[in-house]
Amino acid sequence: MLSNEKKSPATAAVAQSTVDRVLTRYAHDPSYMVQILREVQEACGWISPEAIDRLQAVLGVPRTKIEGVAGFYSFFHTRPVGRYRLLFSDNITDRMQGSAALLERLCSALWIEPGKVSEDGLVSVDRTSCTGLCDQGPGLLVNLRAIGRLTVERIDRIVELVRDEVPLADWPAEFFAIEGNIRRTDVLLATPFAPGDALRAAQARVPSDGLAAANLRSWREGLPTGLGGPAAMLDEIKRANLRGRGGAGFMTGLKWEACRNAPLKAGQQRFVVCNADEGEPGTFKDRVLLSRRADLVFEGMTVAAYAIGARRGFLYLRGEYRYLLDDLNAVLERRRRDGLLGSDIAGMPGADFEIEIHVGAGAYVCGEESALIESLEGKRGTPRNRPPFPVTNGYLDQPTVVNNVETFAAAALIAVHGGDWYAAIGTRHSAGTKLLSVAGDCARPGIYEYPFGVSIRQVLADCGAADAQAVQVSGPSGVCLGAAEFDRCIGFEDIPTAGAFTVFDHSRDMFEVARNYVHFFQHESCGFCTPCRVGTSLLKNLMDKLHQGCGSPYDFAEIEKLNQLLQTMSHCGLGHTACNPVLDTIARFRPAYERRMRQQEFAPAFDLDRALAAARQMTGRDDAGAHFLDQEA
Amino acid sequence: MSQTFTLDGLSIPFTDGETIIQAATRAGVFIPHLCYHPEFKPHGSCKLCTVKVNGRHTASCTLRAAAGMVVENNTEELNAERRALTQMLFVEGNHFCPSCEKSGHCQLQATAYHLGMMSPHYDHFFPDRPVDASHPEVLLDFNRCILCSLCVRASRDVDGKNVFALSGRGIRTQLIVNAKSGRLADTDFTVDDKAAQICPVGVILKKRRGFAVPIGERPYDRAPLSETALAETAAAGEEGV
Repeated sequence: MLSNEKKSPATAAVAQSTVDRVLTRYAHDPSYMVQILREVQEACGWISPEAIDRLQAVLGVPRTKIEGVAGFYSFFHTRPVGRYRLLFSDNITDRMQGSAALLERLCSALWIEPGKVSEDGLVSVDRTSCTGLCDQGPGLLVNLRAIGRLTVERIDRIVELVRDEVPLADWPAEFFAIEGNIRRTDVLLATPFAPGDALRAAQARVPSDGLAAANLRSWREGLPTGLGGPAAMLDEIKRANLRGRGGAGFMTGLKWEACRNAPLKAGQQRFVVCNADEGEPGTFKDRVLLSRRADLVFEGMTVAAYAIGARRGFLYLRGEYRYLLDDLNAVLERRRRDGLLGSDIAGMPGADFEIEIHVGAGAYVCGEESALIESLEGKRGTPRNRPPFPVTNGYLDQPTVVNNVETFAAAALIAVHGGDWYAAIGTRHSAGTKLLSVAGDCARPGIYEYPFGVSIRQVLADCGAADAQAVQVSGPSGVCLGAAEFDRCIGFEDIPTAGAFTVFDHSRDMFEVARNYVHFFQHESCGFCTPCRVGTSLLKNLMDKLHQGCGSPYDFAEIEKLNQLLQTMSHCGLGHTACNPVLDTIARFRPAYERRMRQQEFAPAFDLDRALAAARQMTGRDDAGAHFLDQEA
Repeated sequence: MSQTFTLDGLSIPFTDGETIIQAATRAGVFIPHLCYHPEFKPHGSCKLCTVKVNGRHTASCTLRAAAGMVVENNTEELNAERRALTQMLFVEGNHFCPSCEKSGHCQLQATAYHLGMMSPHYDHFFPDRPVDASHPEVLLDFNRCILCSLCVRASRDVDGKNVFALSGRGIRTQLIVNAKSGRLADTDFTVDDKAAQICPVGVILKKRRGFAVPIGERPYDRAPLSETALAETAAAGEEGV
């Protein structure tokens, strides 16, 4: 305590000036709490009690609320962390590429344990959920900047750079070079597009017959009617049969229309939100879209704003993609200069739309749209009770459209080329194309864009996966397919997907794949509802029990019962799908589980010798006398 | 009140905006619950009150009743699921009923009895949760916290103090208090706060009143939870009028 008190005046002064600067930037608005905490942390390294003191004093927000938010997100630290904070991506693909050994090598070279901070405060090392570099892994984040293609040489170099306290700006530039790896393009990635094309086309549209009378409101309430564009634009989106690309596949046109028709109370407005919280392990298409086709995405959002009558929009960028922020802000700035954002967009009087970027802070659950909105409002990312839905009661309880990055990009193209053009691509129930994030055991990982209806087998052939045993489509919350199902097709009528396509060859142990995914869900459960909070931990413990050789048919039955409970009782999709990887792999790769059924009768998970590990570590002993030996074994 | 839905075959009248649990309680039908309290905005987190509406599982504390809904409540399937959730709450924290001051007046314990829970079933997590005895009049024993957030809502909505909040995430979600030190003594909490009366389990305990009511004479010793809960709601309703 004493040393803390001694240094506190100086620390408090720094925290105070930082907090004041950040608060000014965000106009002292507590609904920006996540952004405020992020910027305070970026400046101070962590969120200190002194910083919270100042936030509390200036904002007049209870301390409990600030600490509640800071405690929710993986990337917020209310205790000091290393000046170099290294987070190893812990997706199954990173593990397959050897991340575990590299983590160990780095830790032993730096004399540090995972999850700890070095005594001099120089460095901390830990694992984190998939960082979206599966096509160029193993990956890590150093102070939220991504490094891919980790090798022993790279790790050794990183050790030197950290030891020598080389500023990140002076680290070799090639470490931070993220490749696009675009392997197959179709309309979304290849159609030429100039900023403003979609807006000009939308503006030029006149309402088509039939829907002309549906709604002739202008861009925003209260302006003279007579602009045919918005209703006609909505008409094209509906005609395109565009469905949400986040995986659930809700009809985009219906969502926009519901938001457009939602009543506004006094002082309310409509919002457009782009969900770039791409957290599903194995997915990285949004990273590529935002790096390569940001204009298409922002223009799609602007088209949505035009169609529904919104004046403000947000791009919710996952914290793992913090390194994209400056470039994206530069694109927004250019669009403002070019009259494509701001007031009277593209010369249309009263057409006002602004886009702000919110950066997440390490919480997969924020990909769920209502949790994302909570986070946008500066709160803990807990999914809301639904109904009501965001289209009527979204951001700040006002009508809000939330769509995936890819959905907005497609909407921009539909604005230019029309709904019929788009509906003709793909299949009857799945119009258009889909970006697949292909990774795992294949020769050519990367982004593949296909018209809907492509078979798993075709994708496997194109990416050079000759020895595929299984494919995890749409990540752990999706489906795991075996070789017998490779003729099935990507599409809402067969295999819907948010985009992940992870290949496992015959050398892979599908039990360990499922166990990795179960650990992921346990780590990412928000903790709001009982079944998911406790159930994902129980499931993790059961999988670990099987891994340790204590599994019996009893544990199998337990897993099935837990799955039932998670599916029926959970609050949101995270809990509903948390058992999918286990059920799928049990159904298709049962021998991988049967190998673990070492016990015929129930055996406890508790192992006395393993329980003594902590004591062995504390005493520095590992001789025979420090082990409990089962005499009967 | 001409609209009705059916609950286990009974016709239940409801008014616009009423949730299923509100209408059911008023009609004298008990639906197990922990985070729901008639005086507060529903939270929908414990999931104990889950019913099946037209075949779909949903929390009855957050879903508004609609005419013609077919709701299942007291079925073997739902009670088995609720029992499993109760077991989860038991193993997640450290609940030692025989030595707990709240025994006999604890909603978690009474729910377990109501649902016929005979064992915790799952392996205990044995989390490390220090108690906070700093406050002169109130003890906080976090070992028994089920994260229902009733104290959070009571302190915020009734006392206007925000003494409590949830922090952390997932299995590390925890109750925190509004003080830099993290100690209840350093907040403006008082024993007369609504938040001091609301805990359904044995987290928020008044000091020096241990065993004032002997074991065997406590509310759930005298009458089962289902009766007690309905009577309490009815009393609260009369007070409100």
